[in-house]
Amino acid sequence: MPNPIITMTSVNKWYGSYHALRNINFSVEPGERIVVCGPSGSGKSTMIRTLNRLEAHQEGTIVVDGIELHEKMKDVDLVRMDVGMVFQHFNLFPHMTVLQNLMAGPMWVRGASEKDARNTAMHYLEKVHIPEHKGKYPGQLSGGQQQRVAIARALCMQPKVMLFDEPTSALDPEMVSEVLDTMTELARDGMTMVCVTHEMGFAKAVADRVVFMDAGQIIEQAEPERFFASPKNERLKIFLGQILQH
Amino acid sequence: MLYVDTVVAERLVHRPRFIVAMVVVVSLALLTFNLNDTVFAEILRPIIGAPDQAGWFGRLSIAFILSILFMLNIVVIGFLQFKLQLLIVWSELLLLFLFFFYGFELDFDFIRTKFWFLVTQGVFTTLYVSMVSIVLASIVALFGAVAKLSSNGFAYAIASFYTSLFRGVPLLMQVYLIYLGLPQLGYVIDAVPAGILALVLCYGAYMTEIFRGGIQSVSKGQWEASRALGFKFGLTMRRIILPQAIPLIIPSTGNQFIAMLKDSSLVSVIGVWELMFLARTAGSKDFRHMEMLITAALIYWALSIILELIQSRIERHYRTQSH
Repeated sequence: MPNPIITMTSVNKWYGSYHALRNINFSVEPGERIVVCGPSGSGKSTMIRTLNRLEAHQEGTIVVDGIELHEKMKDVDLVRMDVGMVFQHFNLFPHMTVLQNLMAGPMWVRGASEKDARNTAMHYLEKVHIPEHKGKYPGQLSGGQQQRVAIARALCMQPKVMLFDEPTSALDPEMVSEVLDTMTELARDGMTMVCVTHEMGFAKAVADRVVFMDAGQIIEQAEPERFFASPKNERLKIFLGQILQH
Repeated sequence: MLYVDTVVAERLVHRPRFIVAMVVVVSLALLTFNLNDTVFAEILRPIIGAPDQAGWFGRLSIAFILSILFMLNIVVIGFLQFKLQLLIVWSELLLLFLFFFYGFELDFDFIRTKFWFLVTQGVFTTLYVSMVSIVLASIVALFGAVAKLSSNGFAYAIASFYTSLFRGVPLLMQVYLIYLGLPQLGYVIDAVPAGILALVLCYGAYMTEIFRGGIQSVSKGQWEASRALGFKFGLTMRRIILPQAIPLIIPSTGNQFIAMLKDSSLVSVIGVWELMFLARTAGSKDFRHMEMLITAALIYWALSIILELIQSRIERHYRTQSH
């Protein structure tokens, strides 16, 4: 059994007096695909954002790839280099072309040469099936294309883990599948992934484990078959009933 | 442009009621002046008679005819296209303005002898002082803005004290305080550096707020994406945030530069040989103050117009660049 790449132990987080994360215990093995779901305000985005310390937790320990995340750590960037993140609103750099967006990380952070960075960028642009848009600005692309560029941008850093924070929530319905297809391909390649998403079809097809959160707690986690076929918790039953209704 | 309505109402200036009302109002306004002995009365001389005999009949006739001409002008312009309207109204207002100056009975020969001196010496110094100041003020503003957005208590305290002080004290006083105050501390400062320092500190304080607004208007997601990729603070600021903030900062900075161009006239009080100083000294020798002040005013205006044109160019450049 390999060591987990992410371990959260008794993690608590407050926003002022609001208790956002309650005693989270959670770990991810290398190569595992995790889907996190739950009603809005349940703390799932907060949890995933503590994993590269975009949010700080106040209690408990989070260890990512052998490095503990805490407020006095010298170099949070070391962790961030190995943890790719994809956001709900893409957050591409609008003043840079697609290619520049992809080359920035490797060149500025990893110190790669321009030639190497360009080769890496083109490799991943082909992986997300949009090499022809390399010279365009993000504003000229559709939402689905932008999100695929964002995935490629994160991949260019050759991360060990990919975090997805509701990657399809801001997309028009017809563009959701192109992004999910890209994520599915990534999963088939063996990438370790933690995805916050409401796409239950994706969870069934790809996830090794589905995690349900409510009110800042992890209520239930199981492999997809058991998670969807025989949920134990009442709140999860209601939640599944609501989102699988249609 | 403001929002343009797709339904066009009848033009106000073509409504008969408005035209009649305006003729009455303008006539009444003109009636308060006695125009019987002015150039306007000359054409009507056969009807109204000599200036001293014309009386109220003369005043009424002149006022009525002038107001009719005025409204006719407006009605005609109302039929034209936007660009023509712009051109004609500008020319008319400019003519009126020059006519106003013409009434001062200026000595144009005197202006002609001094004009090139004002331009070569005064305009040069004014532009030089303003340009050095705006560049330095931008640097001050950048640091001020970062400090004001910082969670570091010292940085925030120093920056907010600085902006509060230098925005709160009149620029003229700052010029005096720096020029006369620094020597008290044992550091004698020349007039030009003192003037530049005052302008930099004052405008740096105003521009701190502009820069802060620009930096803040870049979405938080840009920071998160940059930090998540492992970019450090300085790199994120330089390569991601500022390139997006600058197009937002440029228009206001251009405004500040135009304002500074004119405020640089305040450093004339400490003897910097810029446009205002030269205009005053050149005029006072021959008791021709008005000539020189008006000339300087027109030169300032011309410079501002040039700068406005450059600024709109730059704005357009940034607008087409960002998609």
